[in-house]
This record gives sequence, C-alpha cells and structure tokens, in this order.
Amino acid sequence: MDETRRNFLKIAGLSVLGFGAKPVVDAVAGTGEPKFEKDPQALNGKRWAMVVNQKKCLNAKEGCKDCVLACNSAHNIPDFPNPKDEIKWIWQVKYENAFPGQENPYIDEYVKKSLKGLPFMVLCNHCDNPPCVRVCPVQATFRRPDGIVVMDYHRCIGCRFCMAACPYGARNLNWRDPRPFIKKENPEFPTRSRGVVEKCNFCSERLAVGKMPACVEACKDKALVFGDLEDPNSEVRELLRTQPSIQRKPQLGTRPQVYYIL
Amino acid sequence: MLEKALRGNKSYFAWIGFLLILVGMGFGFYLRQLGLGLGITGMSRDVSWGLYIGQFTFLVGVAASAVMLVLPYYLHNYKAFGKITILGEFLAVASVIMCLTFIVVDLGRPDRAFNVLLYPSPNSVLFWDMVVLNGYLFLNIFVGWTVLEAEAKSAPPPKWIKPFIYLSIPWAVSIHTVTAFLYAGLPGRGFWLTAIMAPRFLGSAFAAGPALLILICLFLRKYTRFDAGWQAIQSLSKIITYAMVLSVFFVLCELFTVYYSQIPEHMYHFTYLFVGFHGHSGLVPWMWASTILAAIALILLINPNTRNRTGTLAIGCASVFFSLWIEKGIALVLTGYIPSPLETITEYHPTLPEIGIVIGVWALGFLVLSILYKVALSVKLEAA
Repeated sequence: MDETRRNFLKIAGLSVLGFGAKPVVDAVAGTGEPKFEKDPQALNGKRWAMVVNQKKCLNAKEGCKDCVLACNSAHNIPDFPNPKDEIKWIWQVKYENAFPGQENPYIDEYVKKSLKGLPFMVLCNHCDNPPCVRVCPVQATFRRPDGIVVMDYHRCIGCRFCMAACPYGARNLNWRDPRPFIKKENPEFPTRSRGVVEKCNFCSERLAVGKMPACVEACKDKALVFGDLEDPNSEVRELLRTQPSIQRKPQLGTRPQVYYIL
Repeated sequence: MLEKALRGNKSYFAWIGFLLILVGMGFGFYLRQLGLGLGITGMSRDVSWGLYIGQFTFLVGVAASAVMLVLPYYLHNYKAFGKITILGEFLAVASVIMCLTFIVVDLGRPDRAFNVLLYPSPNSVLFWDMVVLNGYLFLNIFVGWTVLEAEAKSAPPPKWIKPFIYLSIPWAVSIHTVTAFLYAGLPGRGFWLTAIMAPRFLGSAFAAGPALLILICLFLRKYTRFDAGWQAIQSLSKIITYAMVLSVFFVLCELFTVYYSQIPEHMYHFTYLFVGFHGHSGLVPWMWASTILAAIALILLINPNTRNRTGTLAIGCASVFFSLWIEKGIALVLTGYIPSPLETITEYHPTLPEIGIVIGVWALGFLVLSILYKVALSVKLEAA
C-alpha cells in the first residue's frame, strides 16, 4: 500500500513538474507562427520605416498639429488635464529635445531661420535593436518580422521597465483609467485599461487593411513619409538616397527607424 | 516554534498592535491605488519609477547583507557570530518580503503579476530578479528555521543543511548584482549606465544591513535579556566601516569619471543631484544630507575610540543607515529620470497615499521581523 502510494506521488510530482516546465520549453523552443488569413488589401513590408522631412513641414499652416490629432483620434488616446498622466504617441518637441547633445549655435540659427523654428515630430523609433523588447519580463512588447515594435495590452503587467529602457521617451503608462478622457471613441481601435503601457504602433492595424499610418495620411504637406526600407524603389529609400538624414541617438546601438531630413 | 511569537509582555503586543495599525493604514491606501490606478502617486510619464522602486532597491541591499554574518560564521567558523547569524538571516527574510511587496504595489496590473511565470523571459533582468529574490527568500527561511529548530531541540543543525548555507552565500551577492543590472544595462540612462553599479550596490548593502543589525542588537541588549556579545558587535562594526569606505570610494569614482570626461548625458544627472540643474533642485538637500551623514559615519567608525563606545557607535550606524537610505532609496532611482531622455526636467514629489503605502510596507517588514526575532530570541533564551 505504502509502496503504491509512493509511486503515485512520484508520478504525480513528475507530471506537475512536466506541466510547470511547458512554458519554459515554449519560451526556448516554441514555434510562434500565427495561423490566420491576411487581408488581401494589406500593405506588406519587410522593414517599415518613416522619414520626417522637416523641409516639407515648412509649408504647414501656423500651429499645424494635424498628424498628432489624427493619431490621437485613430488610437483613442485620452486627453488628461494633468501633464503628469499624459499619453503621447506622436508629439512635437524642439530641436534640442529631439537631438540633445547635437545643438550648436549655428544649427540653432538654421532651425530658427531656415526651418522657421518649427517643432520636430517625435514618436517611437521602432528600433531594429529595441531595448524595450529586451527588458520586458513578459514579452508584452515585441518586434514583428516587418520591424514594427508592438504592444500586447492584455499581457502587460505595468512594471514600466520598458519606460526606463527607452532612450526616446516614447512609452506611456495609463496612470489612470483612460476611457473617461477619450474625446470621441473610435470603435475601430481598442481602448486601453488602467495600468498598461502603450506607444506608437506605426498604425499596424491600418497597414493590415491597406491604409497608410494616420499621421502620414493626415499630413497635407507630405512631410511624413512611410514605407519599406527593403524595397529599393520605395519613397523612403528614394528620400534617404537623395538627401542626408539623421537619426535620434544612433550611438546607442538601437538602430532607430525614424529618419529626419533637415 | 511559531507559537513563541504569541507569548510576550505588554510592550511586545503594543508594538505588534502599532505595526498592525500601520499595515492596515497602508493597505487602505493601497486599496485606493487599486481603484484609481498609479495616478494617485507622484510618478509621471517622465519619472516612471519612484519611492516604491527606490525602497525596493535599498532593501535588496539590506537583505543581501545577511551574508556578512553567514560567511564568517559558517565558512570561517567565526564563533562570535553564532548568536546573531540567525538575526541576519531573519532580517534578510523580512527585507525580501518588503522588496517583493514593493514590486507588487508598483505594478500597474498586479492582477497579472503571474504573467512573469507564464511567459518566462530570460532576456529580461526583471525575470532574473524575480528568480533570485524568491530563491533567496526561500534559502533564508529554510536555513534560518532549520538551524533554529535544531537549537530548540538542543541538537546540532542537520548535516544536509550545509549545502543550502553555502549556496546562500553567492546567492546573496547575486540578488544585489542582478538588481544593479536592472539599471546598469539601459542604454539611454546615463546616470545608471556604469559598470561600477553592482560593486557600488554591494558596498552600500554590506554597510547598511549590518548597521541596522547593530542598532537592533544594541536595542535588544538594552531592553531584553538577549546580548549579542560585544565581540560580535565589534566585528560587525569593522565590516560596516570597510563597506562604508568602499561605498563612498565607489561614488567618488563615479564623480571622477563623470566630471573629468564631461559627457553631458552622464554629467547632467549628477549636477541635478548635487547642485541642481536649470533651476530644479528637489533632491539637492537630500543628497547633501546623505553626504554629511556619510562623513559623520566615517569619522565615528574609522576612529577606534568612537567605534568602541556604544553611544557613538550607535550614532555612526544610524548615520550609515540613513545616508545610504537616501542614496539608494531616493536619489538613485529618481535621478536616473532627471533630466529625461529628451533633456527636459520633470521633478517628482511623492503623494500622501504613496507615502502611506511605503510606511505600510515598511511596517509589514518590521512585523515579520518582530515575529521572527521573537521566536529566535525565545529559543535562544530557553536554550541558554
């Protein structure tokens, strides 16, 4: 009797151990291919990237924020009265904030005079080597094969390690319940819950149905250009081939994929 | 043995009751945070970790310091530590419990905390921190309890416990190293991006933890029948002195590299911390308080005359503890965010509920510590 109970416990123990090991095995040796049919209209890219052409932005009407507003309404971004709680996916900053350490009096003069002192658009850089993905303890943020760094709002535990890791300040926590602060809800895109991190997703939901990112579409001056860097005939490649461009903090090795022409 | 915690005099129960009230108050505030979100704290988009993670970081050090007793006692057979090694181990238990609680109260979605186990991510230092902290908690409860139980039965500790004791030594180093790696591996945060972070953490840990332990021993000697022994306290005070000297030296190394190289993204943080930056100086008084306390501590501890006198030793140890509490518990985390990666400055001011939760978690730690110490001291006094 004792002998059989002992054996039973052994087997039970081993089974529990086996089930416990499954996630570990999955993490090391899982095949994560999703199985669903893509929209035939979908835009397919191998390495999505954005070029911010500040020279084109010159034609913008005064105080133009079309790209920001388009993004905010497309993604149900709440408008919090307290700047401490703010959520921003794409926003405007001064040259010295977008490119700290790269100021000098002459480039400041160039930005002020030749670029009319217009703000620079900043957003998630969808890095090729993203530190936010590296640090996430639950793989709630990950890099898709087409280069877009996305979030799983249903898995994020809100530890904010990714916010510490991002060298571009591109990440936001929902410090409060965002839903009461959404001006007009867009039923096409999910709202988020309190306590999870979010950021720009290069409009992966729009690419999937054949549309360009909301900010790109909203810019009447074509200052934001989006496309596939692996495609040598793409507009982004053409711009980067013909004009010198810079990236934000390339020295950190993150390989950011938002390029600036100024 | 746990039943020994249920017997005690009036002041013991008054103390336990006081701690329970504080825990209850903290829990009340935490319920509010659960309802409204982390928005009720002072943390923001720019300063996204605050007091919670600061306390966590400091307490990992206090936990790791148990090794300063375990190592001399078990590895070098240093008998003087025989009476207090258990106090070090139980201090580690209480500290790790506080660490884990601080992590949980800091989560935006604590209901999903177990995702860390469901989707193990070896890439993430936080995953490894979870592994080493829980392992260390287990080791210290297990070792401390087993050895104490043997003592209660007037028997030598079982032989099979030895491997666990030896394992706990490198494990103590690992918890603070891994915690330092949380910070030291982030590309965009110049304040934290320094290879000396882990050694610095260990230096401050081996000063702050034993300093608290000496204060506790002096308290116990005065108000209970338990005497840790002057030799043990003396040896511990020398360990604190060396560790504090190293800790200060490591900070000076940082200051040299940062101010001699003059690389802005490293330098601006230290400037903000010590003298203020672009008119923002929220942490300056704190940092100078920490610096002055460190100086007092070094003067009182290096000089053998003041180190050997109970009164001045106590002041020295308290100075070590509070100096490092400011350095690790407040300055280290916050300054990493100021200025932000876009070189803007958002300062951080903890809110009342946030401070209430912090006090509640500390009270929880002291509650665990008091109960464990009550058991340990009862066993020791009965055995004596």
